[in-house]
Amino acid sequence: MFKALFEIIIFPGALFLIVFGFIVEFYDRKVYARMQNRVGPPWFQPFADFIKLAGKEDLIPEEADPRPFRLMPIFAFASTVTAFLYIPLWKTQALFSFQGDVIVVLYLLTIPTMTLFLAGWYSRSVYSTIGSMRSLTQLFAYEIPLLSSVLASALLANTWTLSEITVFYSRHPGLWAFNLLGFAISVVALMGKLEKGPFDIPEAETEIVAGSLTEYSGRLLGMFRLTIDVEMIVGASLLAAVFLPFGLDLGPAVGFLLFLVKIFLIVSIISLFRTVLARLRIDQMVNLCWKYIAPLAFLQVLVDLTVKWFVVR
Amino acid sequence: MHDIKIPVGPQHPALKEPASFSLLLSGEKILEAGVRLGYNHRGIEKACEERTYIQGLYLIERICGICSHAHSTCFAQAVEEIVGISVPKRAEYIRTLVGELERIHSHLLWLGVAGHEVGFDTLLMYTWSDREIVMDILAGLTGNRVNYGINCLGGVRRDISAEQVKDMLKAMDTLEERTKYYIEVATGETTLIKRLSGVGVMSKEDVLRLGAVGPTARASGVARDVRKDDPYAAYAEIDFKVITDSHNDIYGRTIVRLGELMESYSIIRKVLKNLPGGEIAVKVPRKIPAGEAVSRYEAPRGEDLHYVKANGTDKPERVKVRAPTLANIQTVAFMLEDRYLADMPIVVAAIDPCFSCTDRLIALKNHEKKGRKIVTWESLRVEGIEWYSRQGIDFTKLNKKLKSKAG
Repeated sequence: MFKALFEIIIFPGALFLIVFGFIVEFYDRKVYARMQNRVGPPWFQPFADFIKLAGKEDLIPEEADPRPFRLMPIFAFASTVTAFLYIPLWKTQALFSFQGDVIVVLYLLTIPTMTLFLAGWYSRSVYSTIGSMRSLTQLFAYEIPLLSSVLASALLANTWTLSEITVFYSRHPGLWAFNLLGFAISVVALMGKLEKGPFDIPEAETEIVAGSLTEYSGRLLGMFRLTIDVEMIVGASLLAAVFLPFGLDLGPAVGFLLFLVKIFLIVSIISLFRTVLARLRIDQMVNLCWKYIAPLAFLQVLVDLTVKWFVVR
Repeated sequence: MHDIKIPVGPQHPALKEPASFSLLLSGEKILEAGVRLGYNHRGIEKACEERTYIQGLYLIERICGICSHAHSTCFAQAVEEIVGISVPKRAEYIRTLVGELERIHSHLLWLGVAGHEVGFDTLLMYTWSDREIVMDILAGLTGNRVNYGINCLGGVRRDISAEQVKDMLKAMDTLEERTKYYIEVATGETTLIKRLSGVGVMSKEDVLRLGAVGPTARASGVARDVRKDDPYAAYAEIDFKVITDSHNDIYGRTIVRLGELMESYSIIRKVLKNLPGGEIAVKVPRKIPAGEAVSRYEAPRGEDLHYVKANGTDKPERVKVRAPTLANIQTVAFMLEDRYLADMPIVVAAIDPCFSCTDRLIALKNHEKKGRKIVTWESLRVEGIEWYSRQGIDFTKLNKKLKSKAG
């Protein structure tokens, strides 16, 4: 009981996630800045930003519905942290697992986007409303490819439990290489989920100010920004567990190092795309996802079914 | 979702200066776009009438922070025409040189802004750091980064040394190499092309109907360039091409601006090669004889037009400035219709707007019939004092105290 609480709240639960989230945000911003020939922020910048926001006044627009307006950031944060508990990190076993937790984790990772939509919707500002609509439109575009590519990997492992997927891939080393296409698709989908890189359409600053978060300020905004940092890690560790499941049985020290390497690799890819691509329009984003990414995801499912037919039996 | 009207401006991240666009949206589509200017009016034209020609020259330069040399040269040309003097050859060449350097920094700045508007900040960071090269040259040449103050009536204030010529030629090579890279990026980067091509389309007929100028017009195949049509300074003696494009859209405007950058480098090389010797300025009388003149200048954003009327004193009777943005702003509402909201920032940015150059006094017609009245400065002051005293803030005692202390 005590051990479980420690694991949920401190390590590798909420507190570890927050600190790691700040570090990863710093890394992302620094890499982005260096690639643009800028100096970039000092290492404590994300902490400083958070403390500054936490010390500021929360302004709630008169027309907004105050209760959901306050609750949305908390929902978003809670669901992301919960999802983290079911993902195997540096062992083949996650903290908790049950039959079918793949679906639950993906569902929990959808909640931040939904709360972003509702937060914008309840703000009642025109910019927030448009940002919310874009968030939701984008959700429909990237969610299917993400789901199918994660499920493709699960299909090959013949299980709906994340921990069992990692167990399967450590028993059959090398099989994860068949899922590299799925990994690429998922990274694209993750960029859409995090609203980063060419998919920062819902918060396009030159068009709709800050999208759904336009009316947010103070602690509530800080909470949302923290959620996005944490979501980046949770999303990256999900991809690491499903698509890069190697080195998990080499003991905790090596496993932890490998975990860090995997997370920073995925974050680097996201930063790279953020640097070299211009923001797409929402119609172009939906087109891209449905015309190219979704069919590729279905191809990944087919590949995994074939591999399962020939190899695993 | 029902149709909503969203305000973009007067304060908005997409805009670098205050201007107001109201967009009627159906989902992401713009049904109707309205443009309102007038947030940045500074009364420079009127202020020029209160000042001598020499003071006016420096005030005129401050109309625009980007194309300041364009305005001051244009004004100086008009005054010189009224007096009937011709500027020394060397001064004309230096004016051309600074004008082209200004075009380079303006176009590099535009490229960065365009990148930022479509969410491609890397382009912004790259171009603006390269822009520093030309800014440094301008600072070395004239003493200032923004308002160069190199012009005086009858010529220029500073000469160029042989060393500066050498430095400039070296810098042109660097800039040319960088610009070639940007051409590669602009014509090869898929997401950038996706955001630029087919956006803000304006056919040749529309350009002629709406009277667009500068790169906005040239991207639709209208070869309109004052440097060729009505050569001033040293342009008559220098061979250069007018860059046009037939894409009719923002992609075309990007290509035109990048092409003009390459052309500017070659113009500068030719200017430096053929730099004549001699005086750099002639004396112009303080009192300008009565007369009037119109002067045209191809600023980086398009044709700039100054009208000066002199009445025989040392102050002008009337100065009128038509900045290029005024000619181009009409096209924005046209280009925005039936486009996506996401295209709005880049469509506005594509004309390279400069709202403070454009804002003028608003004339009221029939305002009494519509139940509106003109509020004078004095009555505004009285109203302000009364408003504060209604809020419980009374300054009368404080004012008395201050007066007694001062007196």
